Amino acid sequence: MERTSDILKGKRIKVLVAKLGLDGHDRGAKVVARALKDAGMEVIYTGIRQTPEMVVEAAMQEDVDVIGVSILSGAHLSLMERLMKLLKENKMNDIPVFLGGTIPLPDIPKLKELGIDEIFLPGTPLHTIVEYTVKAANRRRK
Amino acid sequence: MTKLFNSDSIEKIKKELEKWEKECLPKSLERYKERMEKFTTLSGIEVKRLYTPVDIKDYDYSARIGLPGMYPFTRGIHATMYRGRLWTMRMFSGYGAPEDTNRRLKFLIEHGETGLSLAFDYPTLVGLDSDHPLARGEVGICGVAVDSLWDMQIIFDGIYMGDVTTNMTINPPAPVLLSMYVATAESQGVPYNQIGGTTQNDPLKEFIAQKSYVFPPEPAVKIAMDVVEWSVKNLPKWNPISISGYHIREAGSDAVQEIAFTIADGIAYVRHLIERGMDVDSFAPRLSFFFDCHINFFEEIAKFRAARRMWAKIMKEWFNAKKERSLWMRFHTQTAGVSLTAQQPYNNIIRTTIEALAAVLGGTQSLHTNALDEPYRVPSEFAAKIALRTQQIIAYETGVADTVDPLAGSYYVEWLTDEIEERAWRYIDRIERMGGMIEAVKKGYPQREITETSYRFQREVEEGKRFIVGVNIFVEEEEEEIRNVPLLDINQEEVENRQIERLKKLRQTRDKSRVETCLSKLRRAAEKGENIIPYVLNAVKALATLGEIMDTLKEVYGEWREPPIF
Amino acid sequence: MEKTLNGIISSALDGDRRSLGRLLSYLEEDPIKTSIIINKLISRSGKGHVIGITGIPGSGKSTLISKLITSYRREGYKIAVVAVDPTSPYSQGALLGDRLRMQEHATDPNVFIRSVSTRGLKGGLSLAALAMIEVFDAMGYDKIFIESVGVGQADVDIMYTAHTLLVVTMPGVGDEIQALKAGVMEIGDIYVLNKSDKPEAARTYEYLDFAIESGELRPKGDWTPKIVKTSAIMGKGISDLIKNIDEHYNYLVKSGLYQEKVLIRRKFMLKLLIEKIFLDKLDNMYLENKLPDIGESEDLYKVAREVIREIANQI
Repeated sequence: MERTSDILKGKRIKVLVAKLGLDGHDRGAKVVARALKDAGMEVIYTGIRQTPEMVVEAAMQEDVDVIGVSILSGAHLSLMERLMKLLKENKMNDIPVFLGGTIPLPDIPKLKELGIDEIFLPGTPLHTIVEYTVKAANRRRK
Repeated sequence: MTKLFNSDSIEKIKKELEKWEKECLPKSLERYKERMEKFTTLSGIEVKRLYTPVDIKDYDYSARIGLPGMYPFTRGIHATMYRGRLWTMRMFSGYGAPEDTNRRLKFLIEHGETGLSLAFDYPTLVGLDSDHPLARGEVGICGVAVDSLWDMQIIFDGIYMGDVTTNMTINPPAPVLLSMYVATAESQGVPYNQIGGTTQNDPLKEFIAQKSYVFPPEPAVKIAMDVVEWSVKNLPKWNPISISGYHIREAGSDAVQEIAFTIADGIAYVRHLIERGMDVDSFAPRLSFFFDCHINFFEEIAKFRAARRMWAKIMKEWFNAKKERSLWMRFHTQTAGVSLTAQQPYNNIIRTTIEALAAVLGGTQSLHTNALDEPYRVPSEFAAKIALRTQQIIAYETGVADTVDPLAGSYYVEWLTDEIEERAWRYIDRIERMGGMIEAVKKGYPQREITETSYRFQREVEEGKRFIVGVNIFVEEEEEEIRNVPLLDINQEEVENRQIERLKKLRQTRDKSRVETCLSKLRRAAEKGENIIPYVLNAVKALATLGEIMDTLKEVYGEWREPPIF
Repeated sequence: MEKTLNGIISSALDGDRRSLGRLLSYLEEDPIKTSIIINKLISRSGKGHVIGITGIPGSGKSTLISKLITSYRREGYKIAVVAVDPTSPYSQGALLGDRLRMQEHATDPNVFIRSVSTRGLKGGLSLAALAMIEVFDAMGYDKIFIESVGVGQADVDIMYTAHTLLVVTMPGVGDEIQALKAGVMEIGDIYVLNKSDKPEAARTYEYLDFAIESGELRPKGDWTPKIVKTSAIMGKGISDLIKNIDEHYNYLVKSGLYQEKVLIRRKFMLKLLIEKIFLDKLDNMYLENKLPDIGESEDLYKVAREVIREIANQI
């Protein structure tokens, strides 16, 4: 796994990993959180049953570089629309957002239109997510 | 003692093995190096190249394997198993509003399913009405929305409940959904002793895995035991609890942990019921289980056999159950959702087939087969039908159901059954030393194990030690077929609005004071520690909503927030 | 940089939480930025009541804080929480999970929760966390919680920063006396026996009571440590705990210790700042292989002194 301390000297990358909505399947979120931590990032995991408002507040208070969301309930379109809207209202839409879960392919373009940076389907290797997160955080800092 | 092999034969075979290793094996190894350094099951059990009578040389047939329908039930709980009656083909289904699910149930019945199984949407699973702010966007997506008795009546419109058995995958709100089911059956004229089905109602695994918990551990268990107690007294055909390993497995445990944690949960429940003063033989026959069936074929078959043997022993020796039926581990199985891939989804049909076959060879009483589009959405009719046909082909064409426990006596399978059992006992011992499963859950022990195992599995996949076709081998860059998988069309907003409207109408037309009286009686009964089911039933009949009843209970029992465990 | 920094500071003072979030991040970056920010804000700080909460993992600290927040919010206080979590020494990454237990307050604009990792610095508590306390104080937060895992001697330094220190324990942790002697346990102003609904609670309470009476758990000045029984999940004992915290607050104010503690905490912050400035330079020298070789005839101490002088010249 890449060591972000080698990639990025100075401030460590801070990532918020959130489970939006009522869905309690947190296996993926936890595995991703752990992989990001093993790669040297500071990860804040919100736990399950977060509303879009709670996620935005947490991202604000923790001043994170990247937000990762996991939704396996199928409610992603509605929930992510609300999240992206709130981020925009709070002038936080410069923070890259990535999404993982049970996402039907036809929904992906709609999600991208909402401003979601990247979508990871089941089976995505962890190192892909780690590399993406580092790049996304870097992009933002420039 | 009915030892399978006599020591002379074993010695002779050992000598033959030595000869084989010296003369025959090296030639094979020279031609082809073995594909991997070590072959392991999904639980990390090392699989040898060859199993022979030597591996089970001390086997006592009667004590370890036995005959179907007799203690220790390794070969099955019934003497004739599928020759007498096939497993129930029970497809987990539900989505949208009650009308949509009613249609899907009729579709599946028409195509041959022999038992019903209801999936509820997230708001319903956690006890929220469709008009609750947290329900926004989630109504009707991963299951059917049920807010009140009206909804249950619509689901079963045109389906006579005296003729079917229904599984309801519901946990904290189990008292409410059971009451709705009973009240609906009543209104169809079905007598209590004809009402058959299952409520999942297994709170411990919610804290460990599924996480649709609501109340803290102690009240959650108390409520679940209320359901069991009331059901045992009033619904002779009902399985009030489905002690589940499926979710534990899906959350990331391995096969050994799956049965160990499930059985430990079962032990905790049995203890609770006995503490209430119930006689073990009065409720044990009505306990049922629910397992996963993953893709390592022989491990799963061995797992089921080991679990049956363990439970029989526990009921007989730990709890002194006297009735035969108290020793039976009756279980439903679902093929492993977590084994399906989003890549090349038609491959999922094959995976489900193999898993279903393993479940049948493992002696399951009832089976759900996953649809190929599960990684994307709740199944379409097209995909659900193929999944159902899978079971039917296995049952009617392959002959595996024509004899009981055909793999018994296989050196590998018997050895593996033993190995899994031994490892599972170690977990159970550890949990016992912690003070039982409730303590272990509060300490976070099973949750931590699951997190560790799931992380390890993912690392193994990424390091190329575990293979998943389409994901880390035989990967296709551009997949045309995914785009062509027909997906179920759900207009979520429309469903949500429909339910909200229905709730409005319900609240307008019902007798408000009757509802209030029922809810306050319920609260008082809960505060006093009484069995809450009769009060929930009254509230349901008075048209109190699911959310209102659950809110009343939350006021008394509090809400659970989980500790951070990684 | 000055301009943007000033901008962010005044924005935060105006109540913009995003700016405050950003500002707190600066405190995690380099000691120079930290000093600038503290300089600009220190005149405004010194009023907030800093409440330290320490205790072994699993004792329920975060849930307790969450309940305390609920009560304090009812009285109209503005609350900040600095939740300190250990960094993995292997990967230098961290999983900050304390927030999870307090997320119910996430959308209350008068509650601000910030997670900090210890980043492997000895002593457990980092300069950043201390500076954050100063900043929250300056921003007008009335109650500032500082939470850390108090495993062992290392976290005794929380003592230096908090006005009121709560040490949280729970029944059945094994040898209670041994736990008491672990250093961190000796420094509490209030001992919170959480999960007191458990059967072994009575015994643990007795141990604690005896330890206080016998002087094993030292009184601090005129304040005899108190024991409060709580069951955070059930919401029991919280008002009792608040009463005791308020009592301690009054005691501090009356005795003049309140202001004295502020001075102590700033001194400790200075110490950590000095350490950071110095250690950063030393680490760089080490990593860039600029430390002198040690041969057989070298006087180790002499060499060390020379390096220290060189570093001092560089700063």
